[in-house]
Amino acid sequence: MGTFKHGIHPPEKKEISGDKKIRRFPFSPYLIILLSQHIGRPAKPIVKEGQEVVRGQKIAEADGFVSVPMHSPATGVIKKVGTSLDFDGKMTPSIVIEPYPGSEQSVQTGQDVNVDALKPEEIVKAVQEMGMVGLGGAAFPTHVKFSPPKDKPIRTLIINGAECEPYLTSDYRVMLEQAKRILRGTKIVLKALKAEEAIIGIEDNKKDAAQVLKDTIAIDDSAVNFIKVELLKTKYPQGAEKMLTKALVNKEIPSGGLPADIGVIVSNIATVSEIGELMPKGQGLIERVVTLSGKGIDNPGNYLVPLGTPLEFVLEQAGINDKARQIIFGGPMMGKSAAYLEVPITKGTSGIVVLSEDEVIPRNQKVYPCIRCGECVNVCPLYLNPSRLGILARNDEYDKMAEEFNLNDCFECGSCAYVCPSNIPLTQYFRIAKKVLREGRKRKESMVGTPEA
Amino acid sequence: MNSKFLQLDLRSSPHVKRPVTVEVIMRNVVYALIPVSVFAVYAFGISALAVILTTTVFSILTEYIMVKVDGREITINDYSAAITGILLGLTLPPGFPLWMAALGGIISIALGKYLFGGLGFNIYNPALVGRGFLQAAFPVSITTWHPAFNENRFSEFFSSNLAAPFLKPTVEAVSGATPLAALKFEQKATDAFSLMFGKTDGSLGETGGIIILLCGIYLAVRKMLDWRIPVSIFAVVIIFSTIFNMINPEKFPSALFMLFSGGLMLGAVFMATDMVTSPVTKRGTYIYGILIGLLIVIIRIWGGLPEGVMFAILFSNGLVPVINILTKSRVYGTKK
Ligand code: SF4
Ligand code: SF4
Repeated sequence: MGTFKHGIHPPEKKEISGDKKIRRFPFSPYLIILLSQHIGRPAKPIVKEGQEVVRGQKIAEADGFVSVPMHSPATGVIKKVGTSLDFDGKMTPSIVIEPYPGSEQSVQTGQDVNVDALKPEEIVKAVQEMGMVGLGGAAFPTHVKFSPPKDKPIRTLIINGAECEPYLTSDYRVMLEQAKRILRGTKIVLKALKAEEAIIGIEDNKKDAAQVLKDTIAIDDSAVNFIKVELLKTKYPQGAEKMLTKALVNKEIPSGGLPADIGVIVSNIATVSEIGELMPKGQGLIERVVTLSGKGIDNPGNYLVPLGTPLEFVLEQAGINDKARQIIFGGPMMGKSAAYLEVPITKGTSGIVVLSEDEVIPRNQKVYPCIRCGECVNVCPLYLNPSRLGILARNDEYDKMAEEFNLNDCFECGSCAYVCPSNIPLTQYFRIAKKVLREGRKRKESMVGTPEA
Repeated sequence: MNSKFLQLDLRSSPHVKRPVTVEVIMRNVVYALIPVSVFAVYAFGISALAVILTTTVFSILTEYIMVKVDGREITINDYSAAITGILLGLTLPPGFPLWMAALGGIISIALGKYLFGGLGFNIYNPALVGRGFLQAAFPVSITTWHPAFNENRFSEFFSSNLAAPFLKPTVEAVSGATPLAALKFEQKATDAFSLMFGKTDGSLGETGGIIILLCGIYLAVRKMLDWRIPVSIFAVVIIFSTIFNMINPEKFPSALFMLFSGGLMLGAVFMATDMVTSPVTKRGTYIYGILIGLLIVIIRIWGGLPEGVMFAILFSNGLVPVINILTKSRVYGTKK
């Protein structure tokens, strides 16, 4: 069974929502479509206030290569083309739509596409057209990922079905319920990448999902020889790109490099499933499967939620209760804690976890000095020395952290902070240090001008 | 709905944490030391109790004062000063003058810990620093042993306990010899059974090896003690003493004797494993344990001292920073 060294075993908590089938979520009275819910340039609106739109209609177009278009998640009317609050509390371009309550909300647009006839470049273009981004949480435009440099041929497509974050079960449900779509999507992506094989990696706490996929692949003669399903040890952060390449093809992504450097592209399983479903129909991404979990809500489950649904509406429907103490977009290891109820579900929202009093980290937990127990050193999946980095961070020695202790390799998985008995917020320190260095560099560049310029 | 949300927590990830904190670990180490101390009191009576209480109270007091003077947050509740105090007490002979014990407690914390910057910054095990100081300052008192299981042990103190400060305690007539000294200087071996169950003379925590081992296993099972360290120490000691014992059983003791005599058990289980003063890498802990084991064997067999555990650990503590650097892992995705 594939795995990587180090890592942690936080309580999985998948039982809360794991056995709940994907169900359609109701439409909220209004939807907020942020135009910058992916990494890259915001989409440009192509609709006007007061205009009627149908479900699936394109309402904003990609602004350049590293950008994706947006499609209307509902049939209704455009209420506003302006700005809305984003996750970090900044105002950002958005389109607000009021769905028609009476509409049956069937997707009206899209023309069937004969995917088999498409050339690889045309598939990549179609992926951009459907507004696809990494659904695992990173929200990086998928077509950009699928366009590696010409001199780096891709041999293996790794499909990430590890879902190693505690609580989250959306990928698990997708694998159980959408095996055919996944198979179709895998074939499309393999063709787009001109790759030889696809490996679907799944943690062994989801053996049933792995079996469903294996059975589906086994009866397809055109897939059986080059699409494999492999079990991975259940361990956090098994689903990180760097861990998956180590576990499945036994190669390390070079420091500062990309999976393409070792002939690999890693894609999330939900992304592949959506490609398999939407591309043949010529439709765009307008909804996604979201896990709602945690003891702070009464109706945990896995829901197909229209993009743009405000958090407030999600919580009402999910039955938020009095125990709720913290709301997390994504999983508890790497997700972001929400400050505003107005923020909407975006393409990168894999789950909303509402933690209760007894699930959150106690407030004002005392931070002790590092006792050099070595726990952090023995869990860091990148073999960094978080103990040393933590001490340097406290002394603001950020440059030394980056130059001598590989700070910039850290991908903020949270394992070190999770285990630290001294309650040192190691990951949080590293996040700040990286940010300070990034901004410092930017400032320097704007003062002296970039060398190339 | 809104009023409720004023209570929402905002943090940056990770949002969950393992519940094991320094406080929990330290508290469990104290728990594990209790049976060891109780056995010492059972074997040596109220004198033992007085010595352990004295070192513990003075360690905690010193910690309290140092922290106050420093204007830092009180760290008493992290139990680490208590652990230092109890451990120091356990390395002392039962008839040890109490004023010297008190001084040892003060030195352990002040010199062994605060001179380096407090919890987490010290290089040497504070209890051993205190013990080392006492050894140098009071070489006679610290090697004056009293027999265990004295009849009057629960009603009378050893008179030397109550010696007035800065006066030479009168050496008692009944002083016994520790098994190691007996072997070293009189070529007399104590049987291993007595050693394991504490039926011998020695410092407070040197007897009752089985109890120490069991308490160590408790901590190791709860993952609050790195088993690699005692296991590598034991392995080295067993291998070497077996070889020497096979060469000359008259002169060299058996492995069992080596393991259960002197401060080896207490040192290997409770002192070498101090997190602050042991390596952070897994490979490092093996090297560190092997080093301690080798030093113990060398000092015991060739050195002038019958007891080598304290020096072996202190010396290895000093090498930990180097071990940490040497055993540093290659960072993922880099060449080295
Ligand atoms: S957050 Fe960074 S330093 Fe900490 S364990 Fe993860 S990768 Fe290592
Ligand atoms: S886990 Fe915390 S206390 Fe232990 S070595 Fe790392 S930073 Fe120090």
